[in-house]
Amino acid sequence: MMPAVAEERRAPRIVGVEFPFGHAFGMPGDKSMQRRILEPALRVLAGATAFGTRVDIDIEWPVPLREAYKAWQPKEPSPIVRKFLETRG
Amino acid sequence: MIVDSYRFLPRSFRPIYEGRGPFPGEESPVWAPFAKRLGASRIALLTSAGLYLKSSQPPFDVAREQDNPEWGDPSWRSIPAGADPADIAVAHLHINDQDIRADPEIVLPARLLEQLASEGVVGSATSEHLSVMGYQDRSLEGWRQETLPKLIKWLGHQQADGVILAPA
Repeated sequence: MMPAVAEERRAPRIVGVEFPFGHAFGMPGDKSMQRRILEPALRVLAGATAFGTRVDIDIEWPVPLREAYKAWQPKEPSPIVRKFLETRG
Repeated sequence: MIVDSYRFLPRSFRPIYEGRGPFPGEESPVWAPFAKRLGASRIALLTSAGLYLKSSQPPFDVAREQDNPEWGDPSWRSIPAGADPADIAVAHLHINDQDIRADPEIVLPARLLEQLASEGVVGSATSEHLSVMGYQDRSLEGWRQETLPKLIKWLGHQQADGVILAPA
């Protein structure tokens, strides 16, 4: 979900998806989509020949951005986010 | 197509993640060649979604995190590949877990991996998989000192040739 961060943190093999947090393998109940993530991930695991290999998967999240952006977030802000928001005033 | 890593992240949080570089001491590349054929390899999964089994495992300690927002539970759970989805719960304060509870395969696709094993895409899947809670103390001290060595040992016992790490 954040392949650029994985690159910065020096992950040796990376598969990127442009999905909301909590959905690494896709939509609930969509086995076909889940397979379109897991299978390439396995191919990268076994087939990458050099450190830093990154493969981004071209699947558009099938929910409008505004809706998906809200949907992944917890109903209550996490403790660190609450602290961050309080500090910011 | 290049994935936008920040598409779903609130804009004000972006500087927390972007341009931070590697953790101190982890600047050098780490590389382990994968020598075996995928179709002859045993594969494990690791999710950071904070999954646990309601019937037999304690949840990750979110109460302590509520009291100390800088802290995250560094413990881990093993999730049997054939676990009843209704028995899988989530303890993670940073995501909405509704979709995960509806279909845990979106973070830990154990049944799909079993299917890929039956088709010969992979040799086999481990009988259990790993779950951690991805929000951790910034120093990663508990994670490095206690959790990681145990996970590596566990993966050895499971005779895993490779592991897919799935962030939540």
